[in-house]
Amino acid sequence: MVIDLRRCDGCQSVGKPPQCTAACIEGHFAPAPMEWVQVYEAGLPGGGTQFIPTPCQNCQNAPCVNVCPVGATFHTPEGTVLIDQQRCIGCRICMEACPYDRRFFNWGTAPQPPEALFMDYSPEHQSPAIRGTVMKCDFCPDMARSGRLPYCAQGCPNRAIYYGDLEEDVATNGDEVVRLSRFLSENAAYRLKEELGTEPRVHYIPGHGEAVGRSASRKGRKPTEWPWQERRAGATSWTR
Amino acid sequence: MDALTVPAAWRERLERRGLAPLAGTSRRYALWIAFLCAVIAVGVFAYVRQVQEGLIVTGMRDRISWGVYIASFVFFIGISHAGTLLSAILRATKARWQLSVTRMAEFITVVALMVGALFPLIDLGRPDRILNVLLYGRWQSPLLWDVFAISTYLTGSTLYLYLPLIPDFALCRDRLGPSAPRWRRALFTVLALGWRGTPAQRRLLDRAITVMMIVIIPVAVSVHTVVSWIFAMSLRVPFNTTIFGPYFVAGAIFSGIAAIIVLMAVLRKLLHLEEWITRTQFVSLGYLMAAFTLIMGYANLNEYVTHGYKMEEGFVFHFDQLMTGPFMWPFWTYVVAGIALPGLLVLNPRTRTIPGITVAAVLVLVTMWIERYLIVVAGLRVPVMPYEPASYVPSWVEVAILAAAFALFALLISVFAKVFPVISVWEVAEHRGPEPGAPAAVEEPLPARRKILLGEAPS
Repeated sequence: MVIDLRRCDGCQSVGKPPQCTAACIEGHFAPAPMEWVQVYEAGLPGGGTQFIPTPCQNCQNAPCVNVCPVGATFHTPEGTVLIDQQRCIGCRICMEACPYDRRFFNWGTAPQPPEALFMDYSPEHQSPAIRGTVMKCDFCPDMARSGRLPYCAQGCPNRAIYYGDLEEDVATNGDEVVRLSRFLSENAAYRLKEELGTEPRVHYIPGHGEAVGRSASRKGRKPTEWPWQERRAGATSWTR
Repeated sequence: MDALTVPAAWRERLERRGLAPLAGTSRRYALWIAFLCAVIAVGVFAYVRQVQEGLIVTGMRDRISWGVYIASFVFFIGISHAGTLLSAILRATKARWQLSVTRMAEFITVVALMVGALFPLIDLGRPDRILNVLLYGRWQSPLLWDVFAISTYLTGSTLYLYLPLIPDFALCRDRLGPSAPRWRRALFTVLALGWRGTPAQRRLLDRAITVMMIVIIPVAVSVHTVVSWIFAMSLRVPFNTTIFGPYFVAGAIFSGIAAIIVLMAVLRKLLHLEEWITRTQFVSLGYLMAAFTLIMGYANLNEYVTHGYKMEEGFVFHFDQLMTGPFMWPFWTYVVAGIALPGLLVLNPRTRTIPGITVAAVLVLVTMWIERYLIVVAGLRVPVMPYEPASYVPSWVEVAILAAAFALFALLISVFAKVFPVISVWEVAEHRGPEPGAPAAVEEPLPARRKILLGEAPS
């Protein structure tokens, strides 16, 4: 995945909460307060801020996979990191190990829409949420198999999110197809906390939304919302 | 000291005193047990709520995802090092003064391990899937290392508690009078394994104890190192350091010494063991504890100076929150009341008394729990991404379960002290002999029931 921060304005221009997060919540029935793709607002060295949409980094040397005592977190052959919530024992050592804060725990019975409860569970979409287990961004492997982009990439109004394959060296944001390696090196792409050696599969192109007309000094974004109010019996929401 | 030169009256007093708690229970004891059971019942109720509602009933959330449970896990596994230190390390160096308290230290080890090992299970989001650890266990996970290390240590220390108990079981078997309950007689007969004290048996026991004594030391060191590795194997700023292993082992022995001093003080008073547990034991252990305040302070200094000098990203936040921020009070309490004050209490000749050293030990125990809490909670609070730092306040469920754990610890010790001799009678008799200058315990008349149970004393 490549996220072009030059095109990310935290959805200030559309006046909505970040749409990648919203699409992810909608598509995955992610329970509140889980923002599997979270748009952090971080300070820039010269003042002002940038928005950094942060999905699971799907590290090639994933600390969470390394520490899991039961192999509930694993690498798929395609190279994404998934969680088997039917095996997870809820020890949360992966949450301690993740240096990107990209793991979310079902502390209680999470509120979810009825359609989530009727789904057949699979680690590829993680619905319905299972209490006492960990969830996170799964890079939408089921969508990829059917030839669609992940929810976040589809939801982005500025087409800032590219999705592709490192081995086939290709990625697309839905508008254009890029040669991945050239795209990354030409635009000085970097990865989060590269020095940790986690080898993330998410690359960032530096920027603060300038390509879509955002000034770095224009701070703030709309807070994330969870569209469903339906409560399953005994459901509770919590804060992170 | 040769067994033959031990005065018969002294040995008789020792045996009587050592076995007295086994002979009968007082009303006070029953009330104490009832109280502990009540506290445990509240904890069980809290845990039932947690199972029903999920971990949402705790104060933990995504960003500070471990709290009181994991801190207490580290704390209890830490105090389990009391037994290893006293009965293995000191035995290996042929010290003799500690023989009268080795049994208590070994009780602490076994009981603390049992209680400590419960915490990771209580902390699980899906306790119903605990068997997955065996079915799908990955040896690469630090948690699996904990499972192996702690179960090895518990097995080893139970065996190491049992071996020196064999001659005492035989003593119980032989000295229990005819009116002793039959189950007790049967229990001691089985547990004594036919001990008659023959030279061949003695040689065997001696060898077994020596082997276990040597084996248990590296196991103990590895256990707390592995416990520290569930933190040190992560990339988080305050955890990502090589000093965690030795630092945790030092902290474990430190709090273990404090635990044994407190238990010694309590049992000495309650079971009237003044003749066998004297100022000698308190002062010697006190000196050890004072030495460990220095080791702990040194480890802290290393950690804080090496990172504080450079002030890498994250450490600025960590040091701020510890020294001037939300963890200021617990942090400085640990430094002052956990490191400085106990050392001073032991080193100052005026306070180097049994009460003074006991107070120092209580301070160490309390602040070492705080220290474990700070490691876990303050460590996890350091933000890893640009978000507002989270906060964590333990909920009533966590507090109730923590109280229940301490009650369970006290309950198991109380029951052990009632069923097994709390003094290693044979070892004290054979290796130590009467202490010069120790006041002979005033032989208070035992209740009639006890006399019957203890049998007639050989003249």
